[in-house]
Amino acid sequence: MNKLYIFLKYFFIVVWTVFVVAPFLWALTTSFKDFQSVNGGVTYIPWVDFEPNLEGWKVLIKSPAKGGVDIIEPYFNSLFVTCTASLISIILGTLSAYALSRYTFKAGFVKNNDITFFFISQRIMPPIVLSIPFFLFLSSINLLDSLTGLIVVYIVLLMPIAVWIMVDFFNKVPREIDETALIDGCNPYQAFLKVVLPNSIPGLIVAGMFCIIFGWIDFFFAFILTFTEVQLLPVKIVALNSSVTPWWSLSASALVSVAPLIIVAFIVERYLSKGNLSGAIK
Amino acid sequence: MDLVANNLSYKPDDQYHLNEVSFNFKEGNLYTILGRTLSGKTTLLKTIAGLLTPDSGEIEFDGKNFLKIPVWERNVAMVYQQFINYPHLNVFENIAFPLKQRKIDQSIIKEKVMDALKSVGLLGYENRKIQELSGGQQQRVSLARSLVKNAKILLLDEPLVNLDYKLREQLREEFKNLFSKGLADKTILIYSTTDPRETMELNGEVIVLDEGKVLQVGPAKEIFENPNSLKVAEISNDPPMNIIEAKISDNQIRFEGIDVEAPQHLSKLTEDGLKIGLRSSDIELNENGHEFEVELAEISGSETLLHLKRGDTKIIVSIEEVLNFKIHDEVKINFKIDRAYAFHADGKLASSPFGGLNG
Repeated sequence: MNKLYIFLKYFFIVVWTVFVVAPFLWALTTSFKDFQSVNGGVTYIPWVDFEPNLEGWKVLIKSPAKGGVDIIEPYFNSLFVTCTASLISIILGTLSAYALSRYTFKAGFVKNNDITFFFISQRIMPPIVLSIPFFLFLSSINLLDSLTGLIVVYIVLLMPIAVWIMVDFFNKVPREIDETALIDGCNPYQAFLKVVLPNSIPGLIVAGMFCIIFGWIDFFFAFILTFTEVQLLPVKIVALNSSVTPWWSLSASALVSVAPLIIVAFIVERYLSKGNLSGAIK
Repeated sequence: MDLVANNLSYKPDDQYHLNEVSFNFKEGNLYTILGRTLSGKTTLLKTIAGLLTPDSGEIEFDGKNFLKIPVWERNVAMVYQQFINYPHLNVFENIAFPLKQRKIDQSIIKEKVMDALKSVGLLGYENRKIQELSGGQQQRVSLARSLVKNAKILLLDEPLVNLDYKLREQLREEFKNLFSKGLADKTILIYSTTDPRETMELNGEVIVLDEGKVLQVGPAKEIFENPNSLKVAEISNDPPMNIIEAKISDNQIRFEGIDVEAPQHLSKLTEDGLKIGLRSSDIELNENGHEFEVELAEISGSETLLHLKRGDTKIIVSIEEVLNFKIHDEVKINFKIDRAYAFHADGKLASSPFGGLNG
């Protein structure tokens, strides 16, 4: 029984690991291949199965004039837009969530829960429904094809995630903690900043991660709301595809694009394993 | 410096949490608010602290309108029944928090925090995380945090209710010591509890609260001896006072076919609907007594609580030893009838053995 359990445990761990790691391995080896090695049957081991070269990677940084695609600028555009939009979303979302969690709002039949639902409902709508209003809105304020315009749209998309996660989180922080802070001489702003916020770091990290992931991987709005002036990474990667699929540079760009998410995941994992997130609030 | 309230009412939904509550608390005294759960104790304390604004009524402290002063400027301290501390700070930082908020010099803070730690018996714990402490220790930290401020008003909202029996006894002792030491001279202590025994032990001025209404105010002894109504008698006794519907005629108290000679203070009450109140400790087992049937016997600590029945009359008897009874056993009991209370049909006290409203 016990041996079977151990066997099954490791069996599933191995299967899952292969499932997760195999695509990365495939992408990594493919990025060093040339046309011949990609189309010449199954090849995995460099220097044995095929002769590795850096062509796939070089294409990514070469200027279009030299036959490259130059993803450096879109890459930093993407970083800038995602980080800025996430940061603003977290700040605004946390403030709204705290207000929704602690104060009672009433406007006719609209109450706190309705407002929270209104935020979430923005994510329930299919993106395609939002695309035309967004397009018209941005064009009316002259922000189409600009980083600012993208940031505005991403805040609209990301803030509901932050509000949703943080409302739930603040609801779990006992009100008595705020009240004790008030009694101990904090005004409501100090109570929020000095007591509630430091105890909400786990929630902030989760909300931040979700915002960064959703912002970083968005293709749809980046594709619709930009043309030539500004480009984001996902759009540029798709543009790599031509009549002959360049698997090598596609693989290289895929690896480059998941790199920030992996780094974020590693940092959070480190933080988690230090135990900084556990037991903040009973 | 008095804390005076006039007709405080608070009714957030269709029920009163506070109903025309008035009081006059004087500095240097201990006030115990006794009431069952949901009687409005916490609401009252939060109103005093400033966390709730009453719908109507006034609170004045030291001649100033308290309702115009926000919580963070009121200089009150409060200990909750849940052990509320700041989870992101360690023990020292928790206790120092209210002082830092006042921008007090670092060395003075250290001295005061150490004093407070000493008075709650937590010296040596200053660098511990809150989560590493037991419930009793966590409650000591929040007590220390409320002591360190030298607040003019100290509110304790059922501070012992979430602790186990032994710790409760121990902390209650320490509370009594703390309250009697210097602290009490300059402070108004307000302590809320559901436990009549705690109320009697703290021996302060008692305010009996029920459904947001003040039922009776007086020293603990007075509340115990002369509860002014059935409600107060129920709330201020644990187990609740036994209430027996009886008739008094020809100097005899009659109920369920039992005749007991009426003591002097009850003999003149001959009205209809009279209720006789007798504490569970004022009934004893006696071979020559009246026969009752055991409905339930529970042993709590060194005490046995017998739930007895005869006809429609149900009573609880507490016996100061551990005894085993079976359900449906017959037992014989005697009433210490000279310690019986009588209440009118509307619940008001008619007569008490301690001389309240005699005759």
